[in-house]
Amino acid sequence: MPAPDTPRDTILGTIRRAVATVRDETAARAAVEQRLAAPPRNLIPARGQVPPPQQVELFQRMATLVAATVEPVAEPGRVPHAVADYLSAHNLPARVRVAPDAALQAIPWDRRPTLEVGFGPARADDPVCVTAALAGVAETGSLLLASGADHAAPLAFLPHTHLVVLSAADIVGVYEEAWDRLRRRQADRGLGMPRAVTLVTGPSRTADIEQTSLLHAHGPGRLHIILVGPPAHGAEPLHG
Amino acid sequence: MIPASHAFKERARAAMADPDLTRALTKFKTGFPLKRAQAVAALPEFEALRDEGKRIKDHALAHLDLYLERFEAKVTAAGGQVHWARTPAEARAAILSICRAAGARMVTKGKSMVSEEVGLNAALEEAGLEVVETDLGEYIIQIRKEAPSHIIAPALHLSKEQVAEDFRRVHTHLDPARSLSEPSDLLTEARVLLREKFLAADVGITGANFLIAETGSTVIVTNEGNGDLTQSLPRVHVVLTSIEKVVPTLEDASTLLRLLARSATGQELSTYTTFSTGPRRPDDLDGPEQFHVVLLDNGRSALLGTEMQEALRCIRCGACMNHCPVYHAVGGHAYGWVYPGPIGAVIDPALIGLEEARHLPNASTFCGRCESVCPVRIPLPRLMRLWREKEAAARLSPGPQRWGLGLWAFLARRPGLYRLTTRLGMGLLGTMGGRRGRFRYLPLAGGWTGARDFPAPTGRTFQDLYRESQRARP
Repeated sequence: MPAPDTPRDTILGTIRRAVATVRDETAARAAVEQRLAAPPRNLIPARGQVPPPQQVELFQRMATLVAATVEPVAEPGRVPHAVADYLSAHNLPARVRVAPDAALQAIPWDRRPTLEVGFGPARADDPVCVTAALAGVAETGSLLLASGADHAAPLAFLPHTHLVVLSAADIVGVYEEAWDRLRRRQADRGLGMPRAVTLVTGPSRTADIEQTSLLHAHGPGRLHIILVGPPAHGAEPLHG
Repeated sequence: MIPASHAFKERARAAMADPDLTRALTKFKTGFPLKRAQAVAALPEFEALRDEGKRIKDHALAHLDLYLERFEAKVTAAGGQVHWARTPAEARAAILSICRAAGARMVTKGKSMVSEEVGLNAALEEAGLEVVETDLGEYIIQIRKEAPSHIIAPALHLSKEQVAEDFRRVHTHLDPARSLSEPSDLLTEARVLLREKFLAADVGITGANFLIAETGSTVIVTNEGNGDLTQSLPRVHVVLTSIEKVVPTLEDASTLLRLLARSATGQELSTYTTFSTGPRRPDDLDGPEQFHVVLLDNGRSALLGTEMQEALRCIRCGACMNHCPVYHAVGGHAYGWVYPGPIGAVIDPALIGLEEARHLPNASTFCGRCESVCPVRIPLPRLMRLWREKEAAARLSPGPQRWGLGLWAFLARRPGLYRLTTRLGMGLLGTMGGRRGRFRYLPLAGGWTGARDFPAPTGRTFQDLYRESQRARP
C-alpha cells in the first residue's frame, strides 16, 4: 500500500493538475527562475522619481503629512543637541535608549553631558528610543529599519517616543531603490534578508473605535526624524 | 468558525432593525470611500497600478506551485519551518503542536482572517492556553465573544458606548468611576492592559498580507504596531496564512502595497509594513527563536483552473464591502461567515459550500461598485452570477423562484408570445390600477407592496411606446 499523501503533496498536486493544462512546463520554470534571479521592476509612480534634492523635500512633506515631525540638522555633531532639546521641549526625561548602530555610536553624545545615553535593545519602560534608518523613502515619507546586531525591532515599537537619525544622503525616491540598497548591504555582509525589515510611515495609530483616528495605539505616539546633512547634490543615482 | 450564512435573510432583517448598527453603518459608508477617493486622486498612476496588480497576481497564481516551493525553500534556508494544511483542522493541529512543544501558556495574536476561518482561538483555549487578540478592534470583539464584522475594521459595528460598557464588564480590577467617554480613554486602557500581554506571551501568532518567494518573507501591514510587538517579543513566531498570498519578489509586493492601503483606508501606506524572514540570527539583538509558517489551502487550490480563479487575486483590502450598498445596509455579521460583502459572496460558497452560502451571491444588486474599486480587478458581479447559475443548476433555490424564472425564460425566447403576453398584462394592470394609478396590494408582489405602493402601468408596453416614438421621428 502506498504511503498516504502528505498535506504538502495533496496541495501541490491539486495546484499542478490545475495549472499544467494551461502552461508550457519548461517555459513556466524558466520564467519563474528569471523573475526571481533578476526581479523586474513594475510600473513605478512618477512622484518619487525626482532628483535627490527634490526627494529630500518630498520625504519631508510626506512624513509630515502622516504626523511625523522632521528636524534637519547640519552635521552629526548637532544630533545630541537636537535630541536633548526635543526631550526638554516635550517635558520628557533626559534619558534615551540608543540602537548600537555604528553611526549612532560615533555621534559625540557627550556634547550634551546631561543627556543619559544607553546603548542596547529596548526595555519595556524606556520612554524614548533612538534608532538609525537604512533609508528614507520619499514617495510616502517612510523609514526603512532592519533588525540585526545593530538594531532591535522593539526599539521602534516599545517606547512612547521614537527618534530616528536619518542621513539625507540615505533618502531614496521609491521602494524599489530601498530594496536595491538593502540587497547590496546584505550581500556585502554575506547575509540574506534580515529577520525583520519594517517600513515605518508615521507614528502608530488606530481608527478601530467609531473610525475616530487616534495616534499612539501600541507603537510610539510620536515619531521625530532628525535629518542629518544637506541633501546630496549630484549624488550617484542608486537605481540602474 | 461555524457558518450561519444559510440564515442570511433572517440575519439581514434583524440587522436592519438594529438602531446601533444602523448608526454605525451610516458613518462607515461615507468615511472609507471618501478617503479612498482622495488617495486615488493623489496618485495619477493608480488605474494603471490596478492593471499591474492584476497582472502580478495572475502570474503568481499561474505558477503557484513553483512560487510556493521556492517560498518554502527560502523559509527553511533562513531557519524557519513551513507547515502545510489542507483543512482548518490540520492548521489548528499544526499550531497546537507548535505551542505544546514550546511549553506555551500564553499566546498573543495579530489580526488574521485565516485564524477566524480555522477557528483557532477556540481550539487554543480548549487546550488550556490563554489567547489574547492585540489589534484594538479584535480585542474588543474577543471580549464580546463576537466575530469581526469587517475584514479590516473588525469592530466597526460598535459604538464607543458599547465598548465602554464591555471594558467596565471585563476590566473589573480598574476603578469603576473612571471616565471612558472618549475613544482615547478606551484606547489608553486597552494599550496598558495589552502591553503586559505582549511582554508575557510565549508565542506570537500573526497573519500575512503577502508571502514573498524570492526572500521567504511574510509581510504584515498594521497601523497600531501590535503585529510587530506580537512577533518580535515572544520566543516563537507563528504565521498563519493561506497559499494564494505568495507573490514572486519584493518589487511585486511593492506594487501591491501601493494599492493595498489606498484601497483599504485611503492611506498612502499603512504605518507599519513588516517583512519577517526566519527566526533571530546568531548576532541579532532580539527576535523569536522559532519561526513557523502555516500554509492553509481549505478549498483554494480547487478554484485554480476554474472561472473562480480570479477571486484568488484578492488582497483583502475591504474596498468592495466599503462600497457595497448591501453591506452598508446589513453590516458584516449578516453574511454569517468570515468574509462578508462582495468578496465574501464569491469566496464563501467555495470555502463552506454553496448550499450553506447560497444567499450571499444573491445579496447583490449588481450595481458594480465593488468591481469598479477592486485593486486587482476581480469581476465580482460576474463571479456572483456564476454562483447563481450553479445554484439554479443544482436546484438549491426554492421551487416557485425557479418556476417563475423558467416561465420568464420560456416567454423571453419567443418574442411574438412575449409581446402579446406583456401587452395583455400591461393593459389589464393599467385598467385595474384605475384612477389612483397604484396598487396597495398585488398577488406575488407582497415583498414590494408590503412596504410601499406599486405604481400601475399606464396600459401600454415599453416596446409599443418605443416603436411609436421611433415612427414619430422625422
